[in-house]
Amino acid sequence: MAAAVEVDHVSKTFKLYTEKHTSMKERVVHIGRTKHQTFRALDDVTLTIEAGETIGLLGHNGSGKSTLLKCIAGILQPTAGAVRTVGRMAALLELGAGFHPDLTGRENVYMNASILGMHRVEIDRIFDDIVGFAELEQFIDMPVKHYSSGMYVRLGFAVAINVDPDVLLVDEVLSVGDEAFQRKCLDRVRTFQAEGRTIVVVTHNAELVRTMCDRGAALDHGKLIVVGEPNDVIREFRERLMAGVTSDQEVGLQVARSELSPAYGKIKIRDVRVVYASPDAESVEPGAPVSFEVEMESQEKIDDVVVAFSVFGSMGQYVYSTNTFNKGTDVGPVDGRKTVRFALTSVPLLDGVYAVTIGVHTRGGLMYDLWEQKRRFEVSGGGRDEGLVVLPVQISVETPDRRPS
Amino acid sequence: MTDLPAPTRTITPRGHLGTRVRDIVRYRELLVNLVRKELRVKYKSSVLGFLWSLLNPAMLLVVYWFVFSVVLGSGIPRFAIFLLSGLLVWNLFSIGLTIGTSSIVGNAGLVNKVWFPREVLPLGAVGAQLVHFFLQSMVLIGALLIFWHPVDWVYLPLLPFALIATLLLCSGISILFSAVNVYLRDVQHFVELLLLAWFFACPIVYPYDLIANKSTALGIAYLINPLTDVVLVFQRAIYGNYSPQIHSYPYLWYVRGLGYALVVGAIVFVVGLSVFRRIEGNFSEEL
Repeated sequence: MAAAVEVDHVSKTFKLYTEKHTSMKERVVHIGRTKHQTFRALDDVTLTIEAGETIGLLGHNGSGKSTLLKCIAGILQPTAGAVRTVGRMAALLELGAGFHPDLTGRENVYMNASILGMHRVEIDRIFDDIVGFAELEQFIDMPVKHYSSGMYVRLGFAVAINVDPDVLLVDEVLSVGDEAFQRKCLDRVRTFQAEGRTIVVVTHNAELVRTMCDRGAALDHGKLIVVGEPNDVIREFRERLMAGVTSDQEVGLQVARSELSPAYGKIKIRDVRVVYASPDAESVEPGAPVSFEVEMESQEKIDDVVVAFSVFGSMGQYVYSTNTFNKGTDVGPVDGRKTVRFALTSVPLLDGVYAVTIGVHTRGGLMYDLWEQKRRFEVSGGGRDEGLVVLPVQISVETPDRRPS
Repeated sequence: MTDLPAPTRTITPRGHLGTRVRDIVRYRELLVNLVRKELRVKYKSSVLGFLWSLLNPAMLLVVYWFVFSVVLGSGIPRFAIFLLSGLLVWNLFSIGLTIGTSSIVGNAGLVNKVWFPREVLPLGAVGAQLVHFFLQSMVLIGALLIFWHPVDWVYLPLLPFALIATLLLCSGISILFSAVNVYLRDVQHFVELLLLAWFFACPIVYPYDLIANKSTALGIAYLINPLTDVVLVFQRAIYGNYSPQIHSYPYLWYVRGLGYALVVGAIVFVVGLSVFRRIEGNFSEEL
């Protein structure tokens, strides 16, 4: 297979100015005195994307994944190295970028498509498809300033996806429009895959990579840490993410929290353990039990203690939350070590990875310690049902009597 | 999918000049669309539409004629035609440069989100002014018909070259300034001042002989400004040697001046493109 995109030892450095001088006068006044720090957004990244594959670039905020996508798209030029691309590229970075409010939908379609490098004859050919896809037949000759934001984004997406790109760059924008339109977009992306086009997706949603991509690549602090099978990449990414959180980022967080809560740090969470039904199990089936053990420690005797437990979905959905106080359980005074167990007798969740947040605080809500989505558990084996939760559904079929009237 | 070979692109810290030019040529339709957009947006929801661009020079014509012929009495017969023959090409240059300079900053949203050869933006601004130039020429042609003023047919073939020289100069400087303007936002204001001085450095509202008669050296110094050469060709072809006060030089003298303007224009254009290419890498960080 031929390479569609070759990223060859690409580095990108940004200059961060403490103070920015954007006029000649200021530049002259502050000549040679402008302080700046350099920030390495990408550090010697080499990656070959084969034609026809779908690759997911994973990374948390600030990992450089969007910078890499912008370098591939040609919006940013690398400080060092080169990016070689073959074929027409369409970027779903910002939908409807370059729409002029005073021009009609039709005029903007032509404008936008020519920005993406299309010729007039080609646009004529796909124009009806674009309008049909965006479902804007009645409004296409109206200035886009009268469009709703949904219509605007739909038209932008329809143009980008219909310009017949060989390489499609997607940056977390598949969440546009209403549900029906989203499904349509995903369908179109699947068609793209079936047609053997190359797709590069940037996301922090590991599940999207697992379900959509042939390969994954994870970035951390501008470095490419792993490339390969989605599952391997996701595992590596999660481990790195957690390791990263406990180091430098956590320090910053703790400082912020101790400023918010004078009680912060009086009790520390030592560990949160996920306990599956059997010691060697790595996941729980829907409906089966699982429990979570929270181990905490204090240096002095503290009476006022509430432990909170929350579950989040893989896309950050807030699934459930409770705490010991609401459930009428008295944790009692903590002096030294203590373990609190949250046992779920039955997990009414469907397949996926869920995150657990544990907080320890006073009854008044002053935080002692917080472990935010630091532990995860996996639910699998849920059959062919889809969604987040298992609803106790009972299906019955009735056939009404057919009497000749 | 098309049968054409897939376009290959290499993004490096600095692209080759040849590649850049090829990219611009490949995006010529975008250029046409940008020009069309500029015009359409300008005249959308205005009753008189394109008439406005005719009224502007027509009004100028009346005002300048009144001030310079009636109030000040410059003594040039049919001053209106003399004025317009130089003013229209100056307007093309000055408005093109003003809009071109702010074109990258003005289209920040686009530059930050989509790749295309960014030079197309200032070029589109200049292109829109070229269309205006042709529209406004209708006012001049109207004035020529009303006064039944004879143009000098021998010199008319020089006009396309004069126009090309103007376009090269205007696009070259626009491309250069549009890029610098990203880093130093007051280039926009600087351009206004520059154009104000430049306007009076061109023999548009006064004849060139006024300068050349004072001293030959000053006359030659004046010709260093390539727009002077362009304006002189326009005046010679359209206004002609109608007035005995305006000296007519030999044909070759105009050709030489025009050749000079074309060379300067070409150099400025290439310099503009190369500087643009050097500093465009950080556009989307600065916008």
